Amino acid sequence: MRALIQSARLDIAESLRARWFLFYSLVFGSIVVLLFVFGLTESRILGFTGLSRLLVTYIQLCVAILPIFVLITTVRSVAGDREAGVFEYMLALPVGLGAWYWGKMIGRFIVVFLPVFLAMAAAAAWGEYSAIGVPWDLFLVYTALLVSLAWAFLGLGMLISTLARSPDVAQTGAFLIWLVLLLFLDLVLLGVMVREQLPLEAVVAIAVANPLQSFRTAAILLFDPQMIVLGPAAYVILDTLGRDLYLVLALAWPVVLGTACAALGYRQFRRGDLP
Amino acid sequence: MITFTDVAKTFRRARVLDGVTLTLDHGDRVALVGSNGAGKTTLIRCLLGEYVHDGRVRIDGRDPRAERTTVLGRVGFVPQIPPPLKMPVGELVSFAAGVCRSDPARMVGVMEELGLDYRAIRRLPFVKLSGGMKQKALIGVALGRDTDLLIMDEPAANLDPEARHIFFRLLGSRVHRGVMLITSHRLDEVAALVNRVIEMDTGKVVLDDRVADDVDMASRMRCRLRLIRPEEAFARTLGEWRFTTPDHGTTWHGLVNGPDRLRFMCMLSRYTGLIGGLEMAEGTEEMADVR
Repeated sequence: MRALIQSARLDIAESLRARWFLFYSLVFGSIVVLLFVFGLTESRILGFTGLSRLLVTYIQLCVAILPIFVLITTVRSVAGDREAGVFEYMLALPVGLGAWYWGKMIGRFIVVFLPVFLAMAAAAAWGEYSAIGVPWDLFLVYTALLVSLAWAFLGLGMLISTLARSPDVAQTGAFLIWLVLLLFLDLVLLGVMVREQLPLEAVVAIAVANPLQSFRTAAILLFDPQMIVLGPAAYVILDTLGRDLYLVLALAWPVVLGTACAALGYRQFRRGDLP
Repeated sequence: MITFTDVAKTFRRARVLDGVTLTLDHGDRVALVGSNGAGKTTLIRCLLGEYVHDGRVRIDGRDPRAERTTVLGRVGFVPQIPPPLKMPVGELVSFAAGVCRSDPARMVGVMEELGLDYRAIRRLPFVKLSGGMKQKALIGVALGRDTDLLIMDEPAANLDPEARHIFFRLLGSRVHRGVMLITSHRLDEVAALVNRVIEMDTGKVVLDDRVADDVDMASRMRCRLRLIRPEEAFARTLGEWRFTTPDHGTTWHGLVNGPDRLRFMCMLSRYTGLIGGLEMAEGTEEMADVR
């Protein structure tokens, strides 16, 4: 446990020094500021009803930005360290492979989750301070959704970084996976379904398995669960499972997926050559 | 203490280690020599449990891969190429001391003994240090804790003569503690530090021999050298050995670390035609003029 905490601390300190982290934090901070500036201006015309719409818009932007940020920075860091020879020295120190690997993942999770969460928390704090009303139920669900989304892509990133032998291959792999998941969101699924005449179950299974889809649907369902907003596949799933069960699935599945990918990555890491 | 039994390692189709069988006992100070690609680094990585391989490696009966925290807790390692760590030196020391359950002050103590101003570099990224400073910091981490096995890949390559002397003295104080494994491309670099030489070539052990073990690692030799005429290139080289000249390059004085004597002789052999007189004596007291 001691080594795990030290490994996590090392990764946090390493990330806090990196330029990508500064950029990453600025992106999410700026999104919230911009949403406030433009959202509030707009809402004066439409009539301001609280932070719900701002949070939904923020979370929709997160689904586009967060996964690719997490993937690229994670795979570059691990595969890059291996290629640069950092592993040869650091793993000659008496630190368990499990402590090193999971410590790195936990440290990285804290670093990628906190800026996204803090930006959202700052918006909520401002809403509370300005007495414009904060939808706390939405805030809590979104926090949980961000945790599961970040964990899912972190797990994928760790798996890719252990499989790829160079940072370039890892980065390309990460980008391709993100692109595939993005393409298999509702609209593309609908296109595939119509063109290939796929059975409905297959389309639904693909949609359920895609963490981006489950995150997106869960983010919207508390706010505006109509087919025109959700998309057909998500609407069918929601109709089949019901709101609460879908929410549980949307929160649990990415965590299971991320953990499974990370565990697979760890198995590969433990069994192969380290440097 | 350490046994390699039929250890083999293949990268794709290239067989880098080819059935290495060796036993290293307590008190062995081994020079692992060989040209590039001989398999030295691969053998060390197998010993550190970093590579999966065929055959068996055991340190006191333990598998360094399966029981890495127990085994590596007793191993001090200095790599040939310092890792490009972006973390500050202070963070490296604190992490290493934490996982090794050692006192960071001991590591800092060794670094300072080697001439590194720890306070000045504590907050600097490790990667920004000069080659010599990195080497001193890594030696500090390796020697600043209790170890039975020291593995050093060209450890003194970047050290100045004074730091080399202190480094040899530190090694000398550990002579009877466990095993030292020092790799080098050239035997003259490490000959005086060791009592056994193992040469590798294309993944195999081609020589395993004992060597005379009489050199006191902490000793120094006073040297006086007279040249038949001053020579610029030779003067530069002697300057690197911290030799001084009272008469514009004809006579030179300086100290040579005991373990460096073979390296010094090898250097002199390049300029034999210029040497008019040479005297070397153990100890640092003044000597009579060389005739």
